[in-house]
Amino acid sequence: MVKFNRFKLDNGLRVIVHEDSTTPMAVLNILYDVGARDEDPEQTGFAHLFEHLMFGGSVNIPNYDGPLQRVGGENNAFTSNDITNYYITLPSANLETAFWLESDRMLSLAFSEKSLEVQRNVVIEEFKQRYLNQPYGDVWLKLRPMVYKNHPYRWATIGKTIKHIEDAKIEDVKAFFKKHYNPQNAVMVVGGDVKTEDVKALAEKWFGSIPAGEKYNRNLPLEQPQNEERRETVHAKVPLNDVYIAFQMEGRLSPGYYAIELMSDILSRGNSSRLYKSLVKDKQLFSEVHAYVTGSMDTGMFVLEGKPLDGVTIEQAEAALWQELEKMKAEEVPANELTKVKNKTESTMVFAEMSLLDKAMNLAFYELMGDADDFNLETGKFLAVTAAQIREQANKLFRKENSSTLVYLAEKVEEPAEVISE
Amino acid sequence: MSILNRETPPQFNGVDNIKLIHPQASQLANGCKIFTFDSGDQDLVRIEFIFNNLKFDTKKPLLNVATNTMLTEGTSKLNAAQIADTVDFYGAFLQVDYSYDHSQVTLYSLTKHLRTTLAVIKDILTDSIFPEKELETFVRNQQQKLQVSMQKNDFVARRIFNKALYGETIYGLGAEPEDFKSLTRADLLTHFQQMYQPANCTAIVAGKADPEILNAVNELFEGNWGEVTAVVDTKQVVADPSADRFFYQEKAGALQSAIRIGTPFVNRMHPDFPALQVLNTVLGGYFGSRLMANIREDKGYTYGIGSGITSFKKAGTFFIASEVGADVCKSAIEEIEKEVNRLKTEPVSEEELSLVRNYMLGSLLGSLENVFSHADKFKNLYFAGLDYEYYDRYTDTVKNINADRLQELANKYWNFEDFYKVVVGKY
Repeated sequence: MVKFNRFKLDNGLRVIVHEDSTTPMAVLNILYDVGARDEDPEQTGFAHLFEHLMFGGSVNIPNYDGPLQRVGGENNAFTSNDITNYYITLPSANLETAFWLESDRMLSLAFSEKSLEVQRNVVIEEFKQRYLNQPYGDVWLKLRPMVYKNHPYRWATIGKTIKHIEDAKIEDVKAFFKKHYNPQNAVMVVGGDVKTEDVKALAEKWFGSIPAGEKYNRNLPLEQPQNEERRETVHAKVPLNDVYIAFQMEGRLSPGYYAIELMSDILSRGNSSRLYKSLVKDKQLFSEVHAYVTGSMDTGMFVLEGKPLDGVTIEQAEAALWQELEKMKAEEVPANELTKVKNKTESTMVFAEMSLLDKAMNLAFYELMGDADDFNLETGKFLAVTAAQIREQANKLFRKENSSTLVYLAEKVEEPAEVISE
Repeated sequence: MSILNRETPPQFNGVDNIKLIHPQASQLANGCKIFTFDSGDQDLVRIEFIFNNLKFDTKKPLLNVATNTMLTEGTSKLNAAQIADTVDFYGAFLQVDYSYDHSQVTLYSLTKHLRTTLAVIKDILTDSIFPEKELETFVRNQQQKLQVSMQKNDFVARRIFNKALYGETIYGLGAEPEDFKSLTRADLLTHFQQMYQPANCTAIVAGKADPEILNAVNELFEGNWGEVTAVVDTKQVVADPSADRFFYQEKAGALQSAIRIGTPFVNRMHPDFPALQVLNTVLGGYFGSRLMANIREDKGYTYGIGSGITSFKKAGTFFIASEVGADVCKSAIEEIEKEVNRLKTEPVSEEELSLVRNYMLGSLLGSLENVFSHADKFKNLYFAGLDYEYYDRYTDTVKNINADRLQELANKYWNFEDFYKVVVGKY
């Protein structure tokens, strides 16, 4: 049970306070309701590039990181297809520094050309490091456009192509800031060794005078239900074959979500899971196999991935995966097995309460989804799932005409060059 | 009402009073040492069983890691599936981890299920049998995973680097696919029996570790460990580093090059270690470091660059690592050299040094997030043969070190010419 207090400033900023006196630290987490799904299809990767620019100085503070490090603080941020989240941890005695820094960059950025130029390069290197220069690193660049034909989930947060990042202009940066970075589109969580009254005073002082800005009304093209089997095969310089099968599923906010997530646990969580036991251990078809959900706000993806062993054909590998899916469709999950994944979910929630930052991020995310209190109700929703509901979801999801299969065929990898030493 | 001054930072406070929780120490009659951290509001506990690795055998280089990884694969009472079923059913987490000096088995469990989950760990630690079929699966899957890792430039660079510094020792080990084939069940069993002994075991209990929990640990392990054999040889040796200094593996079509630069170094046991950590932080130990400021934030050559010091029982390493655009690899190395040398020739300004001081103290405070982190701090000390005085010395050093001393250390410990330099990709 994570307790919290909640209030809202006149400009629309939602604030949540989680008092935890067991730590000498404080966390300030700000979630902005903007992600890669809000990008122009011709300017993809922008939400993430923008996240980098948020560290390039704000209107009154030329350097963001230095003053925070000077008071013993650390920060980071991440961008997903749905949200952009920024966080600071610092000794609680220096909490006001976090308010000073975060409020100034919500007020306005410095919009420096030099910062834009450098961060374009940094993000291009990130693009190479994570997506292009790794075996299988480009999987999301290929799989997303197969699963999504209309919705902006069809591109990854890094963007469709490096070109979109190269082309970013300072005017675009300004427009994006104006559209998305204002109090109405943000949720702030302050947690740790703090008092609600102090947080209220600091929030009024530093954020109260920031103009409300315009409310961004999201109006994204919906993804139409899929009605045909999709398939792509790529020949790539990778050492092993790899099979991905993705299915469209309901979004994070739909009631069916909980059964679907437990279904992915039954298939793939831990060494007691079905895919591991059956396909890695018993039948010895794969060296590794996974199932997971993306947990996206709009239509999500249920993904299966496996690397078949040498000598196992792609057809055999796919057939084996489908056999497990058909079993989920045909038979209800036995009571013991369902209890097992529920117990694991429950204990995971207890362990998650050990981390202040995790609690703060979760409160912000659940508030964005509707109500921070739902974070505390989450375990109950998983525990209420029935075997019949799981079977129903399996039948809904695991249909060929709802599947997108991406196969990597390993081209012979060249022998590594000799190491030259001197 | 006064107008808000947004240009001037708010007043701030230094970090004082870093309080570390000390453990309760006890020992079982069979020699197993237990350290307990009883704290926290959640009804859960983490128990780590940590063993010194056996002396490295160049003919059987993978025995330490393979024995550890296969501990979850079966005992005479429970097969691999039953072990996994029990752990998962009770919402517990079982991890096996191998590092250069130690191997460990960790259990995370809700306290209400601890007796059941701990019984599985006891079985694993005292009665693992390494079934032949599971060994075959392990070997095959590890070989496949290694093939994937070998396509990652940073992984390959780290292997070449470790090999250059530590040769045919446990610290230089880079497995080849054939090494897996030489693993035999008989060797694993012997290794297991020699290594997973109470006298070679340190258990660290953290969380809601009340007397009831400790009783459970004592009852299960006291006198129940099976046949106790003689203390085994856990001493590691170090080899002479390679005479070559530069290593380059070309990768056709690489978009980025992995760089790893560094040298054998003093470790945590050395009196200069805390001061060297300050020096390292200035160079590459945090987001605002000189390497990041220059090579990422000014030049845009990389997504990330950092430096670090690793401390082993018998060795230490100082290293700088990054992945940079293939076309700017040479320039990046030149900038790294400049930054290393600048710390030798110019004193660090008081402004920068005070920032680093505060950052390091805040970071230490922030690293004590929960009872598990307190236990982790203890492990750093205990396995280096140090006591809590180390952290007093560490905080004193961070607070009081001056620019002259840092410059002196840079000159004493760093010689870029002499550093090992590894590039994988394009140069």
